[in-house]
Amino acid sequence: MARPFPFTAIVGQEEMKNALLVAAVDPTLGGVLIFGDRGTGKSTAVRALAQLLPEMKAVEGCPYHCDPARTAGACPKCSGDSKAKIASHMIPVPVVDLPLGATEDRVVGALDIERALAHGEKAFEPGLLARANRGFLYIDEVNLLEDHLVDLLLDVAASGENVVEREGLSVRHPARFVLVGSGNPEEGELRPQLLDRFGLSVDVKTPTDIATRVEAVKRRDAFDRDPAAFAAAFAADEERLRKKITAAKKLVPTIDVADETRRRVAELCVALGTDGLRGELTLLRAARSVAALEKAHTATMTHVKAIAMPALRHRLRRNPLDEVGSGVRIERALIEVMG
Amino acid sequence: MADENARSAVIWKDALVAADLIAVDPAGLGGVVLRAGPGPVRDAWLARLRAGLPKGAPVLRAPTDVGDGELLGGLDLSATLSSGRTVAQRGLLARSHGGVLLVAMAERLAQTPAAHIAAAIDAGEIVAERDGLTICSEARLAVIAIDEGLEEDDRPPAALRERTAFQLDLRGLTHRDLGLQDGDQPRPDITAARSRLASIITPDSLIEVLCTTCAALGVGSARAPLLALKAARAAAALAGRDVISDEDSALAARLVIAPRALHLPPAHAPDDEQADAEPETPEPEQPPEDQDSDQSPPNQPDDDKGDVRTLDDTVLEAALAALPPGLLAQLQANAQRLRAGQTGKVGEAQNTVKRGRPIGARRGDPRSGVRLDLLHTLRAAAPWQRLRKRTVAEDIVRPSLEIRRDDFRIKRFRDRKQTTTIFLVDASGSAALERLGEAKGAVELLLADCYIRRDEVALIAFRGVGADILLPPTRSLHRAKKELAALPGGGGTPLAAGIMAAGLLADEVRRKGRTPTLVLITDGRANVTREGLGGRAQAQNEAGIAARSIKAQGLRTLLVDNSNRPEPRAGQLADDMGALYLPLPRANSQMISNAVRASAPAAQAVRR
Repeated sequence: MARPFPFTAIVGQEEMKNALLVAAVDPTLGGVLIFGDRGTGKSTAVRALAQLLPEMKAVEGCPYHCDPARTAGACPKCSGDSKAKIASHMIPVPVVDLPLGATEDRVVGALDIERALAHGEKAFEPGLLARANRGFLYIDEVNLLEDHLVDLLLDVAASGENVVEREGLSVRHPARFVLVGSGNPEEGELRPQLLDRFGLSVDVKTPTDIATRVEAVKRRDAFDRDPAAFAAAFAADEERLRKKITAAKKLVPTIDVADETRRRVAELCVALGTDGLRGELTLLRAARSVAALEKAHTATMTHVKAIAMPALRHRLRRNPLDEVGSGVRIERALIEVMG
Repeated sequence: MADENARSAVIWKDALVAADLIAVDPAGLGGVVLRAGPGPVRDAWLARLRAGLPKGAPVLRAPTDVGDGELLGGLDLSATLSSGRTVAQRGLLARSHGGVLLVAMAERLAQTPAAHIAAAIDAGEIVAERDGLTICSEARLAVIAIDEGLEEDDRPPAALRERTAFQLDLRGLTHRDLGLQDGDQPRPDITAARSRLASIITPDSLIEVLCTTCAALGVGSARAPLLALKAARAAAALAGRDVISDEDSALAARLVIAPRALHLPPAHAPDDEQADAEPETPEPEQPPEDQDSDQSPPNQPDDDKGDVRTLDDTVLEAALAALPPGLLAQLQANAQRLRAGQTGKVGEAQNTVKRGRPIGARRGDPRSGVRLDLLHTLRAAAPWQRLRKRTVAEDIVRPSLEIRRDDFRIKRFRDRKQTTTIFLVDASGSAALERLGEAKGAVELLLADCYIRRDEVALIAFRGVGADILLPPTRSLHRAKKELAALPGGGGTPLAAGIMAAGLLADEVRRKGRTPTLVLITDGRANVTREGLGGRAQAQNEAGIAARSIKAQGLRTLLVDNSNRPEPRAGQLADDMGALYLPLPRANSQMISNAVRASAPAAQAVRR
């Protein structure tokens, strides 16, 4: 297995790294959308995150890697009466690629051809959604995804369950995953329905600063020449960050938010005119994750500010005549609300 | 003619160097997009590449319609059935490990196989789960994407072009050009170069030079300098050097960075005030103003980018020198493609179910006017036959093949988008009535032309306090003529409102799956704001803002300036909206329509 580029070795792109960490700490946040030019390290960051995440416990042999500790929301087999001892093992958190142009069959799962042909048996072969359960589903060029797949993903993401009724099969299994999408907005806009589902949205840009670019190329080149040595040089950093994530995951449910902070967040969203309440909710939860990563016990406006941009950027109404980007609008509103 | 020959010789020489560099470091360089038709030139190039590869290195060929199974591997169905146990099959990517994979007609390669190949280049391995097997094998390879596309927008997928170091264009060469280089130089020792590769020393300043060169030429991707660095390293190894020299980096800049260039280095400080205020529309910087007159690349060093003074001129010059004549047009085409979001064919073509190029099948009901894909239907039904035979009652006469509704597969096609031309006509008092008449005439002539191409036409007029869609997108020439005859004139000039209306309509047209083109006939002078109030300055300002939003949309636009003397404001407006500017004083209908028609293909390639 080739070694992915270490997460901590990625130069710059702080907003993207931060958003990915926050989403990893709180998988229910709704994932991350990364928009930007080619060659800005989008895929690198997502793949790097995969190896950074602490391993998780899963039922052995379960195609959906159900959590042995929680039968609620597990697949029918794992949630069934299980007085018998379930064998479990530690597995890396799955990061599943959904390649552009993947067929519906491969995404939701389909008839197991081999068994049908060889034994005349009707068996379900789990698809990408099954493999992504409890992990990450990464869609590169999400904006170019075909509409019928987008609908399907929205459905599954909303219910946390994949229901397959086809080819005489009737299967339902858990499919709770963190959706990570990346793409280049100039190649096509994302459908508004899908846009809204993403918890966080970041814009990555090619760094204009030559020194940063040089450092990025230098590191990548060093990695390509000797991946093992390069990874070893960052092993300590990786381990530190891994521990930080593990600690934050434990801490998140205990984090408080003061009513004053809630009120300010609401003011912020009103000032920006975001549609619905999803903006407020996401922002508050993301702020909790930020606080957890910083080992704070209360999420304050400082934490809100740190994640406001990615949490709200994609929820503002577009005004074609407004030359000011959504980033600037959020900044202004933040300054107003923060007083 | 002599120039032409010399130029061909240079292209061929570079192409051979690129082949050798790939042979030295296939996986590091990712490969080549090779633009060449079949013939001796292409064969000679491939032979050169093959000769340089290590003995026994695989050179495999993937067809354009290569499937996931072939690329990634999976279950060997026939072997599995005959042996009764699972037999895995290795895919093309795994089998190309250590060598090269040729992709024939890569311009027709679909996104999915391109994504798999790109992933293999990125990771040097393939990981896939297919047919109940976990496939994981090394796949360090170079991809030779053979591009036989004829049109500029008919290119291999951007994901591949981004990851291959070189882009060679051998289309202009004939077999006569080949003799010029062969034989007069000894073949470099590629095996020795390969073993030397790991110990080549990279001077510290080199990476900075390459990054700066990329920045100066508008190449944003971090992969470009990285690939250039690897090319330079391979070149040093090939030349028997221990340290990468300036010559190597110049070569890398020429072969790797120049083909990716989006603009020439700015000759003056770019106006960057708004760059920070517009994070939503990261546009490439505009090419310099003197583009039409000056065809030779300017040699001004890039002195105005703040702290970037370390730019190694030789490297940038090497890159600049490699820019062929006519490149300015190409640069703008690149930039426009970027702006218009049509990197490759995405957005130009749409998936349909009725006509176009077939792109595979999907489950569906063949009754709703779509075409049944018999082969895929049979294939879908095949695994079920044993099961189905079992469940059917004995007294029913069984067909030898049972096909059920679930099995139906329908054909899917990819279709070229049709064009909708939106005419935006200034019908205000400032456009004298006479000229308005000529504009109407020109529009009618163009309509006839559009009609022949089965394109749609829409007409928006602005006058008084606002803009009206006088003719929604239609193919009916008759209806259009009627509407045009009734076009009233006079009143103020709400230019911003007109442009906004055209932008909205273009958006609507695009959502219907057609490609909008805008033809704006005006003198560029606005005097009514969007609110319908007077005020020249404010109106002009708003028109500029609206124009920039058109540019952000990437809409193909032609601005016909029908004032008596070319009006600077119209030129400015054309700049703002990224339009082709056509000053046509005293134009009559025929002139206008000819100009629009003549510039229609050019509007794709050359834009201000």
